[in-house]
Parts: sequence; structure tokens; C-alpha cells
Amino acid sequence: MKSRIGKIARHRGDEFITCEELVTFLLDYLSQELDAEERREFERHLAVCPSCAAYLATYERTVELGREALRRELEADPPPLDGELVQAILRFSRRG
Amino acid sequence: MLAALREGDGRAYERLVTGHGGRMLAVARRMLRNDEEARDAVQEAFLLAFRGLPRFAGRSRLGTWLHRITVNAALMKLRSRRARPEESIEPLLPNFLEDGHATRSYVEWPESAEQLLQRAEVRRLVRTAIDRLPPTYRTVLLLRDIEELDTGEVAELLSVSENAVKIRLHRARQALRELLDPHLQQGEA
Repeated sequence: MKSRIGKIARHRGDEFITCEELVTFLLDYLSQELDAEERREFERHLAVCPSCAAYLATYERTVELGREALRRELEADPPPLDGELVQAILRFSRRG
Repeated sequence: MLAALREGDGRAYERLVTGHGGRMLAVARRMLRNDEEARDAVQEAFLLAFRGLPRFAGRSRLGTWLHRITVNAALMKLRSRRARPEESIEPLLPNFLEDGHATRSYVEWPESAEQLLQRAEVRRLVRTAIDRLPPTYRTVLLLRDIEELDTGEVAELLSVSENAVKIRLHRARQALRELLDPHLQQGEA
């Protein structure tokens, strides 16, 4: 198994895992690193807790927004280097 | 281009620097948030690239290769910085009661990521929020989520354990979510 943040405490009868456990293990859940029983417990909590479901959805959207906002910035062709920096770099190439 | 560079063609070098330098500077600025250090990192990246040209097999695109060298050069700069005390990330993490319930309720954002990304002000908001993350966490977020390096590679680059990388990444994403939340809840960033 890949390295994980930790281990969800084994299920205690009919009790649900807590919001804190769910948030702690969110990354392991999204990287498919929970075992089948832990995953079931995780999803059982999500089914009855709209707040945690919203947290998970906005967390996933955050990852996508971060990735795409920066990727699109680079794709928008950043300004070229100024002449002074270009010349400084080209001096290295001549030394090569 | 590659053949001309290997032959030492001065114009090919100039085309390489003018064609890729702007993007490399943007990458270095994003990681370092300091213009002077970013310019140094780009110079160092080109120096490493010029030296490495004979060994560059051309299996990846030249731009991808230069991008990777730039990320490494920026990381070297980050590592050479004197350790500075940084702001705690704790205020941006969720809080829980003793029984494990969250201290507040979270609500969905009404718009999809694609709808949000179409707006320049949202993209700016996200970039600004990433810049506000404490450097320890921002670096891991950039390397894992943006540069898409795997946990093992990041752990090696930063000389920390894989578990530390995962914990930092999770906290960075949580903090970024928290910074965006008030703006995106209402659907009017």
C-alpha cells in the first residue's frame, strides 16, 4: 500500500465515522487508498452529512481551479524576457 | 533547432532564450514570488540547459525539458533561502468539536469549475489565494497539483517523508478551499 496519512479507527457498531475523521482522510479517499471497509464507512457518512458532502465537492473543485487557473496563465503566453536578461543568459552560451 | 544548438549556432541560442524564457520566468516567479530570485533562477536554468544539451536525448519536448529544469532551479533557490518564520496555516483549516463534529456547516458552490474558470477575475482570485499560502505548503501544492509530480518525487526533491508531503498537500488544499469559499459560495466572485 502507498503511504497514507493514517488509519481510520475501526468501525464501532452502528456509529458513523466523525466529520473530523472524514476530513482527515479525504486525501486518502480521493487517492483510492482506503480499504473497502473504510471506504464504505466514509461513504455512509457522506450520505447523511450534507456539510461533509459539500466540503468534499468544494475541495475537489479547489484542486481543479488551482491547476487550471495556473495552467491557463502560462498558456496565455507570458511576456518575453527583457533584453538585459536575454543578453546575460546568452553570455553563458558563448562561454559554453 | 536541437542540431543548430548542438553546433553552437548563436541565433539558435537566441531563439531558444527568447522563445522559452518568458514562460520560464513565469514558472520561477510562481514558485519564488520574488522577481530578483526568479530572474536568477531562469539564468541558472539556462546555464544548466546549455551544459545539458549534449545529453538531452530529445525524448521530451524542449519546452517540457526546460520547464522541468526551471522548476528544479527555483527549488534550489527556495532551499538556499534562510529559514524564515512563516505564518501558521492552522487558521485556514477546519475546526472540530470534541465529539468530532465540524464547528460550522459547509455549503456547495453553485457554479462548476469550468464556469468559474471562464472568468478572468476568478482565475486571478485563485492565483492570489495560492500566493497567500505559507511557502512550505504552497511549494508542495505547486509541485503535486500543478507540476503533477508524484508524492515520491516531491518527497525526494524536498528531502522530507512521503507522509509529510501528503499532509502538507492536504493542508494546502484545505487552506486554499477556505480562502476561496467566501467568494465562491454566492456564485459571484
